[in-house]
This record gives sequence, C-alpha cells and structure tokens, in this order.
Amino acid sequence: MSDTSLTSASAKKPDAVSKKGKTPAHQLSPRAKMLRRALRHKGLLFGLFVMSIIVIVAIFAPLIATHDPYAQSLLARMKPPAFMGGTWEHPLGTDALGRDYLARLVYGARISLLIGLIAATISACIGTFMGVMAGYFGGRIDLLVTFFINVRLAMPVVLVALAVVALFGGSLYVVVSVLGLLLWDRFAVVMRAATMQVRKLEYVAAAQVLGASLPRVLFKDILPNVMNHLIVIFTLEMAHAIILEAALSFLGLGVQPPTPSWGLMISEGKEMLLFESWLITIPGVALFFLVLSINMLGDGIRDVTAPEGRN
Amino acid sequence: MYMYILKRLGLALLVAFTVSAISFSLLFMAGDPAIAIAGENASAEDIQMVNDRYGFDRPIVIQYFEWLGKAATGDLGNSWYFDLPVSDLIADRLGVTMLLGLLGMSFALLLAIPMGVAAAVKPNSLIDRASLFISVVGQAIPSFWFGLILIVVFSIKLGLVPASGSTSWKHFILPTIVLGYYATPAIMRLTRAGMLEVLSADYIRTARAKGLSARKIMFKHALRNAIIPVISLAAVQMGFMLGGSIVVESIFALHGAGFLAWESISRNDLPTMQALILIFSMFYIFFTFLADILNAWMDPRLRIA
Repeated sequence: MSDTSLTSASAKKPDAVSKKGKTPAHQLSPRAKMLRRALRHKGLLFGLFVMSIIVIVAIFAPLIATHDPYAQSLLARMKPPAFMGGTWEHPLGTDALGRDYLARLVYGARISLLIGLIAATISACIGTFMGVMAGYFGGRIDLLVTFFINVRLAMPVVLVALAVVALFGGSLYVVVSVLGLLLWDRFAVVMRAATMQVRKLEYVAAAQVLGASLPRVLFKDILPNVMNHLIVIFTLEMAHAIILEAALSFLGLGVQPPTPSWGLMISEGKEMLLFESWLITIPGVALFFLVLSINMLGDGIRDVTAPEGRN
Repeated sequence: MYMYILKRLGLALLVAFTVSAISFSLLFMAGDPAIAIAGENASAEDIQMVNDRYGFDRPIVIQYFEWLGKAATGDLGNSWYFDLPVSDLIADRLGVTMLLGLLGMSFALLLAIPMGVAAAVKPNSLIDRASLFISVVGQAIPSFWFGLILIVVFSIKLGLVPASGSTSWKHFILPTIVLGYYATPAIMRLTRAGMLEVLSADYIRTARAKGLSARKIMFKHALRNAIIPVISLAAVQMGFMLGGSIVVESIFALHGAGFLAWESISRNDLPTMQALILIFSMFYIFFTFLADILNAWMDPRLRIA
C-alpha cells in the first residue's frame, strides 16, 4: 500500500514553473521550496483546514457547547436538529436521553483526538524503535523484528482489542493502551525500510569513521532523515486508531457510556435507526471528516516532503 | 521452489505458534478464570470446584501446552456459554464468514481492477479522478457507519433488501458491499500504479511499434504483469477482511464466525474467544503464505530470496 503515485494525480508539477513576480524556484532554499509546494497542495491545505477546525472545536468545547454533554432531560428527548425543524435551543437536537447533541459532538471530538494522538504516539515509539534497530543493525536483529511484525500482523486487531477490553474493562486507558500496543506494525515496516536506505548513504559511514557514538548516529544522522516517513505514518495510524476506537465503542466494548464518544453515539443512535436517522448521521459525518482530513494531511505531507517520489 | 515453500511454511508455523501463545496468555492475564466462571461472590469451595474441574490453578505453561495439544487434534474445549464443543460451534458458523469473505473480495476486485486500469490508461482523466475520489473517501468512511447508512437507505427507505439475518442471498448484498469496499482503495491504487509502471516499459513500446492492437497490448502484455502484485495484495487483504468481518457481521446480524466472536466476547466465553482468535490468525497466516507462494510462482526472481 505504499505507493506514492496515486496522489501524484493531484500533485503539482515540480516547482520549475514560477508565476510572475515571484522569486524563481532555483533561488529558494529547500525549506522555502517545501513551503511553496505545501501552499500549492490543495489536499494538504484542505486536510489542514478541516483538522484545525476540529482541533479548535475540541479545545474550546466548553465555550461552544451551551449545554452539559452529560445532562439528561426527560422533557427534551429526541428533539430534531435546527435544520430539520428543531429549535436553536438544541442546534443539533437531543438524543434519546435528552442530552444536547451538539455538546456531545464537540466533547466527543476531544475523545477521538486524544485517543488518536496517544495511541499513535505509543505505536510510533514501539514501531520506530523496532524498525530503526532492524534497519540499522540488520542480521539477526532484523530477522527477529521481521518475525515480530509477522506475528503482530497475524493477530486480528479488532478481535484482540475487543477481547482485551472485555476482560480488562472499557476505560479510556485500556482502549488507548490496547490500540497503542497493536498499531505499531506499519511504523516498524516503514522505519525499517527507510533506515536501511539511509544507512547505506556515505555521510552515515563518514560519521561512523569520525568516531560518532551509536546514539549520535541514530539520533543525529538516521532519525532526522527518516522523520518525514514517520510523520506520514503517524497521521495514517492516528486516523486508524480513531476509526478503531469508534468501532470498538460502537460494538459496546470500547469507551463506556456516558462518555461522549462518536462511536458510542452512533451505537446509541442505532436503536432509533428506523425513525431518527440523523442520530447516526451527525456523529458519522464528524468521524468521516476527521479521518478524511488526517489522511489528506498525511498524503499531502508525503507529497510535499518527498518530491522525488512523485512521477 | 520447494526449498522456498518449505522455508515459508516453517516461518508460517512459527508465527502461528507464537500468536497462539500470546493470545492464550493474554486472556489469562485478565484475571482468574475460575472466578470468572464461579462468579464474583463465589466461596472458596466453589472456586476450588471449578479449579478441580478445569485445572486453572496449574502453571500457565502446562495449561497452554495442554490446550495446544488438544487444539492440534481439533478439540478446542467446551464453550462456557453455549456448553457445546467450541469446534462444533465454529464449524457451524465458519461457512457464512468464508462466503462473505469470498463475496466481499470478488466485489472489491471487480470494482478496483477495472477502475485502476482505466485510471492508469488515462491519467488525470475524469475516471482517474473518480477512482482517486473513491479511494480517498473509501478510506475515511468507518465501515460500521457505512453499513448503517446502507441499511437506512436500501432497507428502510427503499425496502429493497433485508436489514439483518442470513437466510437468503439477499441478506448478503449489503454486507458484501461493506466488507468489499474496505479492500477496494488499496487494490485500486496498486492496480493503477502497476499499470502506469508497466505501460511505460520498453516491451510495451516494442509491442506498440510492432503494430499490435491496443486491446491486445493492454490485456495480454500490460495487465498480466501489473496484476502480479495485486493478486498477492488481494490474498493478504482477504486475511484482514476475515478478521474484520466481526464488525460487518454484528451490524447485519449475519450468523457467521465473526458474530460468534462478538457473542463470545460480550459473554466472557473464554474458550470460544481463544479458539476464534487462533482461527482468524490462522486464516491470515494461510493467506499471506498463499500470497508468497503465488508471487514466487508468477515471478521466479523472488524465489532466490
């Protein structure tokens, strides 16, 4: 799945063509060139824009939500959203327990982002460590890491995560830890390949000859040069973790009620599927846009940081 | 070639062994299974009785090898909830899951390969953009939500297909789409990339120069080579899909192995859970093994590695 050609369809031509009045591309520093590519990449800008909105909404949730996401009201159950004939008292309506849907949605953004970020960070640490070790040392360490990756891939993620949550209880910590411990495989695969490539370059050999210590070579010479891959995989796995959390919560074995998780909201809305389909549409659309924006951001970063990979 | 197969087989067995050990110990780490059976408030005698019957108080390594030995002969223990042999339960349900997996994969291939080829033949055309759109959107839609939306539109609003159950072929339409779309983006991307690469190869130019028809070049020369990595990706995706069928089966209440997994997990039915995790990982291991062999068979260069 590691092809770069797909996004090339929408990617811009290399920056040889410069518009009137701008500095010609060859006079720019590599960093400025990268920035210029980023500003011309529609997918990247779209992803960044949508994600920024969601992050801002999550941070300022108490200011946006006019109600308490946990407050139930028997008198205000299943009120439709304002655009479906409801009132502005509850802009997105209320759920079956009379909780304000907008409040649950914006607080739910916090849960999704938090789980995505922490789980991806845990996976990134595990996977990067294993991948860099395997790529740098090769030999037996490489065999061992490759074996671990195979074992991990053979374990059905959803099934194992569900089983662990069922046995250990569905707290936020358990969900985050399980996902973090399960999603490191792609980090390891990509970091291993990237490290192998960088390791062969002459400046690494030069650093070794100059007597640089192993940590120095790893952190100063290898890691900065595989960083762009790391960021791309980080976004992909963050999106992956967010979708998985929603799926686990949807199946009833993730974050537990009454926490406002988007997956849980869809699961609760499912009971009313016959009559009130907006109950699943609203959190579903939110989830879709969050995942879409993270993916587009990741694809964009890949295009912008590795122009030589485009055809 | 035989040496290669043997090596791969050995690796597959080792992986299977490790996975089974991990899943076994994982489920034991969660707490004392004797308490899980006897109940939270059980007396010491009750717990002792459970331990006498199941032997949970012995070292975990011994229990694991005993379980493994029995599993190798097809005895996966008794379900705590259904009180039936786990192997019978699974055998009953596996057919539905495999059928769903095959249908889903066929759906994905039938959609992804033509789209990928068309996109590669005319880069930046309308169809290329459409396929890009499908794969970007497809990767962002959570499958459980997609399934619910399909139920709302096609079952509730239009009344075309039943929403849940597994008694007729109509019940499989929506689950097939939901499971299949999941594998579509990756296959489409790979087909497109492979075709683009092959179409710019020298032998295609030679074929064109010889005056072969565009059709013949496309199908006989280009697609044949571009499809090799797609087939092995499809095999790997098949393994993933079976593991992901738990979500789809529980939305549509399709009574397959995935649904059984969900039932056993929500009822703390440890033996069934363990057996299903083992079986689903076996599927994955089998399909990746198959992919390796197919690859080596179609591309002799790989056999050396």
